[in-house]
Amino acid sequence: MDHTSTFERILRGILLALVVLFFMFPIFWILLMSFQTNESILRMPPSVFFTPTFDNYIALVTGEMRTAAGSLQLNFMQNLWNSVLLSTTSVAVALVLGVPAAYAFARFKFRLGEDIAFTLLSFRFAPPLLVLLPLSLYFKSLGLTNTYIGLIWVYQLICLPLILWIVRGYFEDLSPDIEHAHRIAGYSWFQTFRKIAVPLALPGIAAAGLLAFIFSWNNFVFALVLASADKQPVTVGALAFVTASGIQYGQIAAAIVMSVIPTFVLAMFAQRYLVEGLSLGAVKG
Amino acid sequence: MGELVLSKLDKVYRSKRTSVHAVKSFDLTVKPGEIVALLGSSGCGKTSTLRMIAGFEEVTSGSISLDGRVIHTLSPSQRGVAMAFEAYSLYPPLTIGENIAFALKAARLPAAQQQILVKNIAEMLEIAGILNRYPSSVSGGQQQRASLGRALVRKASLYLLDEPMGQLEPQLRAVLRGRIKHFLRENNCTTILVTHDQTEANALADRIAVMEGGVLQQYATPAELKARPANLFTGAFIGEPPMNIFDAKITAAAREIRFDIEGGVSLAYPVSDFSPDVQRLIAGRREVALGIRPHAFHIGNGALRGKVISCQWLGDQTHVAVDIGGRTVVSVSHARVDKQPGNEIGLSALAADLHIFDAETGRAVAHGGSPA
Repeated sequence: MDHTSTFERILRGILLALVVLFFMFPIFWILLMSFQTNESILRMPPSVFFTPTFDNYIALVTGEMRTAAGSLQLNFMQNLWNSVLLSTTSVAVALVLGVPAAYAFARFKFRLGEDIAFTLLSFRFAPPLLVLLPLSLYFKSLGLTNTYIGLIWVYQLICLPLILWIVRGYFEDLSPDIEHAHRIAGYSWFQTFRKIAVPLALPGIAAAGLLAFIFSWNNFVFALVLASADKQPVTVGALAFVTASGIQYGQIAAAIVMSVIPTFVLAMFAQRYLVEGLSLGAVKG
Repeated sequence: MGELVLSKLDKVYRSKRTSVHAVKSFDLTVKPGEIVALLGSSGCGKTSTLRMIAGFEEVTSGSISLDGRVIHTLSPSQRGVAMAFEAYSLYPPLTIGENIAFALKAARLPAAQQQILVKNIAEMLEIAGILNRYPSSVSGGQQQRASLGRALVRKASLYLLDEPMGQLEPQLRAVLRGRIKHFLRENNCTTILVTHDQTEANALADRIAVMEGGVLQQYATPAELKARPANLFTGAFIGEPPMNIFDAKITAAAREIRFDIEGGVSLAYPVSDFSPDVQRLIAGRREVALGIRPHAFHIGNGALRGKVISCQWLGDQTHVAVDIGGRTVVSVSHARVDKQPGNEIGLSALAADLHIFDAETGRAVAHGGSPA
């Protein structure tokens, strides 16, 4: 039953539109910028009317940037691939390690359990710059500088605590008796973990995985210091657009649009699980 | 079908600051095919005991064996035990039917046989109509029956039922109690039932283990618990309304034995009402705790005189509360009693209905005319 008047509904619509406009405007503007040349972006006053061009995207995909000062090689597609590879592998590794660990922390009380969990969380307290210098020295002597494995390892500092703490909360919210019922029916500990605990905590795992992916994707400083151009992700690669002859705003915008797409698609995909998990509801009985 | 033996079972929950001794040196033997109820108030250790048997809680000390096999070191899946949970604990993504078939699937029974077993148990529990629905879409009572069905459908050496009928409406509860008891008997199921509902324990169990503060107070048949409570706790705990307990001074004379109750009233009986053993047991005592069940009182002109506080006709019995010497005494009559608050009445009880307990230890000395 809807008791709101037409006036209220219109007002609500206008207010909602304003809020959406406010938050979405930068993204909308970037989308527009990506279809413009540097000249039309920088003209005063700015305008939403322009002749669209795909030059920015073509430059990114072909890897050749033409500026007033001449032609420059771009590594953008390699950077994008690096981002995808580093983020997905890091999150996958963190899930494999973090979900069973989260389950252990949630279900079993053991010596130093809380201390270990807190230590893992404390990795997030330290600013990355603090650990970078010693880390880069270690990496050099271990031969991990400029390797995917080295970066994925460092990315665990970002992903693992996040997944561990979020998923642990989800496991703690599940009634242990559901698992007990499964175990007493004749299933082993691992079968119960796989068939009961993990599916029921899936919304939490999806949310944590998504967040970890976003954080890894947006990481800048680790890859900047510990890797060189061929292993660096888009966040670092974007520095290339600041050239001697000026900043390539159009290409930066196009690069942003392209680098947002994978995260966006993943979020859409994960959202299904998030909603599905919530609608199961009443897990506690 | 198994014999369960708990011996010297202890459970201590330890946390950083405190430790709780939930079950203390608990001994219990359940014979094959016997139905035993663990009865007690909340926090008395009954659920902890059940969970130790199931394998969800570690045993602090002592041992549990089933059919001569020590099981407290085994994982829950290896114990051969089925359990119905108080909080149902149905698996949300499965239908009620799939939930019930859970353990049958684990045992790799042929699908056709699974279906028959599930259908039979569902019919007994009156949930055959909701087998295709999901737990979240059925009522609490239906979920509880599904959880019960999930436990009863499989073959196990021991069945553990944790408050199995707490959520059912009274009529259905009465019907199901009968059917479940019949089912357990028919299949010769050794069963432990945890409940705080005396009626349920009385109706279902062959023997009842009364627990309080983690200690087994008494382990006896329902009739024996009522007629011969082992101590003050069981005496006061079993029976509804609860037993009236008086502090009394005994005077044993040549002809009569008199109990002087605080407030200046007394009950006197001829010595011949008590057996010689009881007379001897009483002779050395000055003070005892005297228990009289509300149903044992005769309302009229007895020696326990006082003013009526309230008088309620419940349709089949009258509950009369009387102020005797400053304390409230409850009596029950199956006849209709017409008294107004403030009326003076007298209660009396036969010597055969007296329960005499040691004033200090609370242990029973005599029930009626014979020693405890």
